[in-house]
Amino acid sequence: MKLEINHISKVFEEGTEASRALSDISTVVAEKEFLCILGPSGCGKTTLLRIVAGLESATEGSITLDGEKITGPSPKMAMIFQDYSLYPWRTVIENIAFGLEIKDVDRDKREKIAESYLDLIGLQEFGNNYPYELSGGMRQRVAVARALAIDPSVLLMDEPFGALDAQTRNMLQIEILKIWEKTQKTVLFVTHSVDEAVFLADRIMVLTSRPGRIKDIVPIDLPRPRDRTSPDFAKIRRYVLSLIDEHLIVQ
Amino acid sequence: MGLTLKGIFKPFPFIKIALPVIIIVLWAVLSALINNPFILPSISSVLDVLTKPFSDIQGSGSLSGNALISLGRVILGFSVACVLAIPLGIAMGRSEKVYDFFDSAVQMFRPIPPLAWVPLALVWFRIGLTAMVFIIAIGAFFPILLNTLDGVKSVKRTWIEAAVTLGAGERQILSKVILPGALPTIWTGLRVGFGIAWMCVVAAEMMPGTNSGIGYLIINSWYWSQVNVIIAGIIVIGIIGLGVDSIFKFIERKKFMWRELDR
Repeated sequence: MKLEINHISKVFEEGTEASRALSDISTVVAEKEFLCILGPSGCGKTTLLRIVAGLESATEGSITLDGEKITGPSPKMAMIFQDYSLYPWRTVIENIAFGLEIKDVDRDKREKIAESYLDLIGLQEFGNNYPYELSGGMRQRVAVARALAIDPSVLLMDEPFGALDAQTRNMLQIEILKIWEKTQKTVLFVTHSVDEAVFLADRIMVLTSRPGRIKDIVPIDLPRPRDRTSPDFAKIRRYVLSLIDEHLIVQ
Repeated sequence: MGLTLKGIFKPFPFIKIALPVIIIVLWAVLSALINNPFILPSISSVLDVLTKPFSDIQGSGSLSGNALISLGRVILGFSVACVLAIPLGIAMGRSEKVYDFFDSAVQMFRPIPPLAWVPLALVWFRIGLTAMVFIIAIGAFFPILLNTLDGVKSVKRTWIEAAVTLGAGERQILSKVILPGALPTIWTGLRVGFGIAWMCVVAAEMMPGTNSGIGYLIINSWYWSQVNVIIAGIIVIGIIGLGVDSIFKFIERKKFMWRELDR
């Protein structure tokens, strides 16, 4: 697996006005890498993820996955949305099996696969519940399982924990790392939380505010599990924060 | 929503039956005072008709027989409306171009009351089943169409995008996301549409030359000054309308609970 982001720019044209959302974004994402895309709101980080997912097209530049140019959604990538986007008329297990149903996997097989991912996210008892019977954190775990069930090599996560309370958020961060280690996926994770990015990422791509440009790409080689209260963690967090908020440097 | 003691021993809601009781008492008093069955018949004479739903009324057929005929016509016209309105609503909701093409015509025809079409229906189809089905279908068409359109448009964008990233094509998006996602709203359209269709059949059956159906029974009883049959017919219309509506509501509560809960 090799994911290349080559000189991506995006211009939105609304009527006669054009606004630049992204400017010349490039990086190569390594196999099994956890890359966080961090930036202030409106910097185009979600747009970048959507371009990688094939849901939107770039004005300039290209995305290639294993040498193939991405022109639309690819079965090698699955996306997880901030609003979970589960189907409320389907039970948890039916939601997880959705992608397999789309692929015409026969019933027995897809039930078996879905069950195994239900186990992975630790919601064995909730297979026959409906999403509205679950908490936000549980729903997002189901969305992760749904994405994993089609066995993609890349997981694209768009501020997946943005709507959750701090405690649930921290818990899910630990959990997503466990799942990442177990399943050996490559992850692109969009967030506006510096803390979250430093806790999760192998590298953090820090974007400037609109139009989003790469401010810096910060490698983080702290061992996992990371300790939020350690001096090293604080040092990196302070540096990343300074990239986002210029005023901090002056202080 | 758990059962509480208060829930079990809730006092009987007398207020809900207060008005019907008042109406019945008032009816009994007034009919006794007026003492003229050609203006306001007694309750017992109406009950007399209602309790013999299978006996022939002045050669016009029985109460139940005519009600069934009306129900059959409604189902026919309602089905025609469904077959036309649901696919059109989905197409209009999915495609900007289809929407723009149909929208102005829909807006223009929508405010026309179904009964305004009666004379045209008579000219085009003459008296008979086709004319009635036409009127009923027009009545049911617009609520079904507009609700289907509304339902399709209310399908969350990320529901569709999630399906797209999981590899769904247009047909699968339609059958596995759009249709189930819009179904609760479409169902509301069906419920409203059926209600209007039921009103239309009664009116359509009052068209000159009709010789069956509950609407015919009522209008014919007017010729024969059988006011008790008129009232019995009206009550039957109300009961059937209420019954069908309750069935729709029951299914709505059972199947589409997620619409209220998924917030």
